[in-house]
Amino acid sequence: MITTKRRRPARAAGLLGALAITAGALLSGLPAHADEPGAPAAPTEAPKVDLVLDVSGSMRATDIEGKSRISVAQQSLNDVIDALPAETDFGIRTLGATYPGNDKNEGCKDTKQLFPVGKTDKVEAKTAVATLRPTGWTPIGLALRGAAQDLGTGPTTRRIVLITDGEDSCAPPDPCDVARELAAQGIHLVVDTLGLAHDDKTRQQLLCIANATGGTFTDVRTQAQLTQKVKQLVGRAGDTHSVTPAKAAGTDKCETAPLLAPGVYSDREKFSEHRVYRVPVKPGQELRASVSVTPDRAVARDYGVLLQATDLHGQELVRGTDAGSGRTDVASTGVRWSAPDSDGASTSASASASGASGKSGASGASGASGASTVCLVVSNSFAGQAGVQADPGLPLELTVDVTAASPAPDGPAMGLGHGWILLLVLTLAGLLAGLVFGWLARWRIAVWQEN
Amino acid sequence: MRTTLKAGLLALGLTALAAPVAGAASPSAAAPSASASASASASASGKGPKPALTNAGTSFLTAITLAPGQDADVPASTGDYLYWAFAASEGQTDTVQVNVDLAASADRHGPQTWTVELFDGLRRRQSCTAGQQNGTAEQSAGSVAMSCTLRQIRSWAEPWSGDPLPGTYYIRLSVNDASQQDLGLAAQVKVHIGAKGGADDAQPEGGELKAPLVPPVNPGSTTAPAAPAAPSASASAAPSAGASHAAAPVEPESHWYSDLFSGWNTRWWWTAAGGALAALAGVAGYTLTRHPRGRRPSGGPVPRQAQGPQSQPQHDQYRN
Repeated sequence: MITTKRRRPARAAGLLGALAITAGALLSGLPAHADEPGAPAAPTEAPKVDLVLDVSGSMRATDIEGKSRISVAQQSLNDVIDALPAETDFGIRTLGATYPGNDKNEGCKDTKQLFPVGKTDKVEAKTAVATLRPTGWTPIGLALRGAAQDLGTGPTTRRIVLITDGEDSCAPPDPCDVARELAAQGIHLVVDTLGLAHDDKTRQQLLCIANATGGTFTDVRTQAQLTQKVKQLVGRAGDTHSVTPAKAAGTDKCETAPLLAPGVYSDREKFSEHRVYRVPVKPGQELRASVSVTPDRAVARDYGVLLQATDLHGQELVRGTDAGSGRTDVASTGVRWSAPDSDGASTSASASASGASGKSGASGASGASGASTVCLVVSNSFAGQAGVQADPGLPLELTVDVTAASPAPDGPAMGLGHGWILLLVLTLAGLLAGLVFGWLARWRIAVWQEN
Repeated sequence: MRTTLKAGLLALGLTALAAPVAGAASPSAAAPSASASASASASASGKGPKPALTNAGTSFLTAITLAPGQDADVPASTGDYLYWAFAASEGQTDTVQVNVDLAASADRHGPQTWTVELFDGLRRRQSCTAGQQNGTAEQSAGSVAMSCTLRQIRSWAEPWSGDPLPGTYYIRLSVNDASQQDLGLAAQVKVHIGAKGGADDAQPEGGELKAPLVPPVNPGSTTAPAAPAAPSASASAAPSAGASHAAAPVEPESHWYSDLFSGWNTRWWWTAAGGALAALAGVAGYTLTRHPRGRRPSGGPVPRQAQGPQSQPQHDQYRN
């Protein structure tokens, strides 16, 4: 078997016939084998962004560069709407915009869709924003639920941009719980939060919402920052909305685990829970798997994640692990594992079949297609801080790929040499050969002349 | 007649001598040419260096890909987790440099520690061989700089090892430690990736990774545990079919002769130079025995035998 390494052709003048052959081949224009990696999957729907704007009474405060919070937000939104990408579906929802009274029950229902999510008429949208006046309460949780409904469900990621200046005055529902609940529904929803006030409670709450959904939190100090950030978030929605994992539900045992084809999956895993998946791997193929576990709530300082690949009987094949401490968004690790080539696979399969007669059904199924089944066991060592709810589990992202295995290289050079010793040996050999031939020739002449 | 032959041999010798010089020069030439090819591919599509990216991903899956030679200059919030992806090919040694301009120190409440981490296509943490991964900025500092130099990308590695392999690499920039009150403040992040080295240096020689470590980003498809036979077919079909992937290194050109010889590497120069030197040395050795110039009067066998009158013309010929 010949293992080769394709390298850039050198440009220097040819010494060997091989170079001439190469040049000939290049000149004759043999078609290069184009090995295109698959183009990104065509987005099935437009990126969807719903902007949730706080129009509660506190937005009257004039503390951003001497302007009122609402006017800063309005002017920023004008710029953002002007710069909206054509393909983006954009909508606006307000909270606290209509009910000016003191009745908390009424005030905390006050959220309405100002502009539906869709292709935006920029003039209309700007007019609608300009007419807003700071009025009522701050029902953030309810507004988030409303925004999630505005965006609907579909195969792509939706984004909510929440601009607010105060903590929720209407809990329950607690907005952070709402965010976590929305994230757990698996509707690919990301909430980015922007805070116009700088108090600790607001920050805490907005950080919690952003954390729970994989969004970002920004503390707004200037109008330019707000404009730039919202534009960036709208752009990010366009860049990344089509990348969504498929839902999978791992089990606790390998026999009942779901079979995964190459791709990206999402699941939930509780603290100290094990999740098992199965992947069929044929002889001569390599399994690649990586996993990320996201701590979306307050967890203890130290953490770890473990991804084990085992065979059907729990024998470990390979493990990947990572650990760390401190602030993090994700703990991730990965493994590679090559299935042994056909001969090895058949012997090990028969060995395992005879070894475990009770599980002949499972091994028989895998043997029939020539593929061995590998179980992927995902576990984490995150620990929740006191009082942190365990259900639903932590978001887990699993990437599975099966590619051609890469056998060990069998020597570098295909008969070529390297190094000064080589040159020296060859030169000495040549010299010796020359001398011998020279002396031989002289000896022959001498003999010839004597006769 | 003989003089022309000698001139020809000399010429051959000269070209042969020139060969190892070229061979010795080629490894050093390989380094700039690798980066040159990278920038060439960048300029081929964009005419000159690509404009800096102004966005970043927020997870491995949504990492924004930096083209070779492309920088990122991103407005960010303190506490964001920012992800970029770049492709690295065998033999390359990549260095990631990150510079963060922090928010006004009046708005900050204490020191901040930023961290840059690198992960390979399997999301395995990769060690830095040089550079400061963590940067701590005191409250008065205006910016913080970090860098991380990866190990040299290997051409092949055991599946069980964590060695860096050709494929996608992820950069994660995060705030490791900061006052809770400082989270969310504006920051400006600049990322630059430098690469040196090329395929000629890749270890182990002759090793090849059949498929670079480029993760799929398409949603997968699950099969219920009840029907185990079906997915094995789809599993093998899916990666070649419509699977979409993250940042991948540029595939080297493949030709019909790719499997027949190991490509142009420095070994060709060494071997060819060795052959040429051997030939030259052979000629030199032969000539030594045929032309004992200067030593002739002292009496080698040839002059003595040349005294015969009938061999006089031949003797003259030698003497010229």
